[in-house]
Amino acid sequence: MLKDITLGQYFPGDTLAHKLDPRTKILLVVFYIVALFCAKSLLAYGILALVLAVCVRISKVGLKSLVRGLKPVVFILIFTGVLNLFFTPGGHTLVQWGVVRISAEGLRNAVFMVLRIMLLIMGTFLMTYTTSPISLTDGLERLLNGLKKLHVPVHELAMIMSIALRFIPTLIEETDKIMSAQKARGADFESGNVIQKARALIPILVPLFVSAIRRAEELAVAMECRCYHGGEGRTKLHVLKYEGRDLIALTLGVLITAGIIALRQFTV
Amino acid sequence: MEPILQIQHLTHTYGVGTPFQRSAVEDMSFDVRDGEFLGVIGHTGSGKSTLIQHLNGLLRPTSGRVLLRGKDIWAEPKKIRDVRFQVGLVFQYPEYQLFEETVYKDIAFGPTNQGLTGAELDRRVREAARLVGVRDDQLDKSPFELSGGQKRRVALAGVMAMEPEVLVLDEPTAGLDPAGRENLMANIRDYHRNKKRTIILVSHSMDEIARNVDRILVLKSGHVLLQGTPAEVFARAEELLSAGLDVPQVTRVARALRERGLAIDPAVYTVEALERELTALREGGASC
Ligand SMILES: Nc1ncnc2c1ncn2[C@@H]1O[C@H](COP(=O)(O)OP(=O)(O)OP(=O)(O)O)[C@@H](O)[C@H]1O
Ligand SMILES: [Mg+2]
Repeated sequence: MLKDITLGQYFPGDTLAHKLDPRTKILLVVFYIVALFCAKSLLAYGILALVLAVCVRISKVGLKSLVRGLKPVVFILIFTGVLNLFFTPGGHTLVQWGVVRISAEGLRNAVFMVLRIMLLIMGTFLMTYTTSPISLTDGLERLLNGLKKLHVPVHELAMIMSIALRFIPTLIEETDKIMSAQKARGADFESGNVIQKARALIPILVPLFVSAIRRAEELAVAMECRCYHGGEGRTKLHVLKYEGRDLIALTLGVLITAGIIALRQFTV
Repeated sequence: MEPILQIQHLTHTYGVGTPFQRSAVEDMSFDVRDGEFLGVIGHTGSGKSTLIQHLNGLLRPTSGRVLLRGKDIWAEPKKIRDVRFQVGLVFQYPEYQLFEETVYKDIAFGPTNQGLTGAELDRRVREAARLVGVRDDQLDKSPFELSGGQKRRVALAGVMAMEPEVLVLDEPTAGLDPAGRENLMANIRDYHRNKKRTIILVSHSMDEIARNVDRILVLKSGHVLLQGTPAEVFARAEELLSAGLDVPQVTRVARALRERGLAIDPAVYTVEALERELTALREGGASC
């Protein structure tokens, strides 16, 4: 079950999708999200799904791993779908069954909403799958650099994010290990009522917090030993640079997004 | 006599369907005899930890079976908890599993889960603590106040207190100082001698294995490379060395002496045996 959490996971590779500048990928995802929210017709969704499919193909990330990322939100998907299907007012009635009523409008909304969330999550995950957490935060920091003038602590935020991303897999692994060790001593996480189940978490949470705090201390010491003092005057080992491929990718992204927005004019 | 554990064609693949897919254990078969002290040795990543997590049902085989007293442990998945009480597993670096307010309560966690209370629970906890050398006055302390080595002992006691029929120890001495190592191994030997229970010891150290176990299982990249008594295994030193493993220091000395022309059994692995060989050689030499 913990294995399903793929947030912050990175599949190393050497494809075009991996080589793009992280800033490009972040911008492309932003464009994609904008396009998703502007899409109004089946054609638009079709194009966006196709775009994602092409990107997945290029990245060589298995479709399976991408779909696995959807597992934690299955409930939200179903909920959204059902809500839209039955509770969209007005429109042409397709099925009427007592108080339950499905309209053409409702069906449309349900399909589009579910598609939108699925594509949004898969698109974002494709970015995190092909970008190492380090370069992702690096890219974000550079993109938001301008906000420093407004005294937004961009560097600190980026550092916090990269540490958090870096430690998500570690903490998951650690939780797994602690759970196994307690199961070996006969701990039972499955049976019992709510209170018993909550109590059963104590043998996991205590060691987990202890080790998280110990890790935090060690990391702080290690950072201080290397004279970390915030972003002021800090230079980068890998300086981000836009290449020709970034330019092409961004141009394509802008064109497709503009196309999707333009499509709104032609469909009802 | 029927083996207490039978491992039959065990295969375990991690990350099925992801780019990280790999088999850590492949088609492994061997028996564990009732009451024996079995050593498991292998290179880092050879699948030792993966293998032993199958013995108490923490991992489910991708294929193959694990039989406990002739019965497939996964025959009734609902009863897997009972298997965990019969096959006690102490993980690598088990210190992190401590969570209770006192050492006493922590050691009592396993037996309490077994449903024990009162005098029997108290007996189990105190006996396990004594077996691993945790003093009575330490029982009321917080486990977080103890040193690393002491925490290790408490964690070990926590599993011993369940009185499992098979005790599996994953590198119990890793990261301890030499004296602490020997001391802990002596505790484990005592446990084996007094309780006559089966022990499976995973270790990196050939010397530690050679000095303690009845039988050795050598793993190499997920397969069983060799198995047998220490004498049988160390007689095949070439295969061990080519697998990137060590032989005990005494065996190395014996092999070096043999290469210089002395007629010494190259499979000796204890100082006493080497001494006997050398004495015999000198007496044999004096006679001619
Ligand atoms: N949870 C896991 N997910 C994916 N792969 C794993 C996992 N645990 C272990 N592996 C892989 O399986 C292989 C065997 O690992 P295992 O931990 O069983 O080795 P080991 O013999 O115990 O090594 P060590 O001596 O370092 O403890 C390794 O290559 C490891 O990378
Ligand atoms: Mg291991």
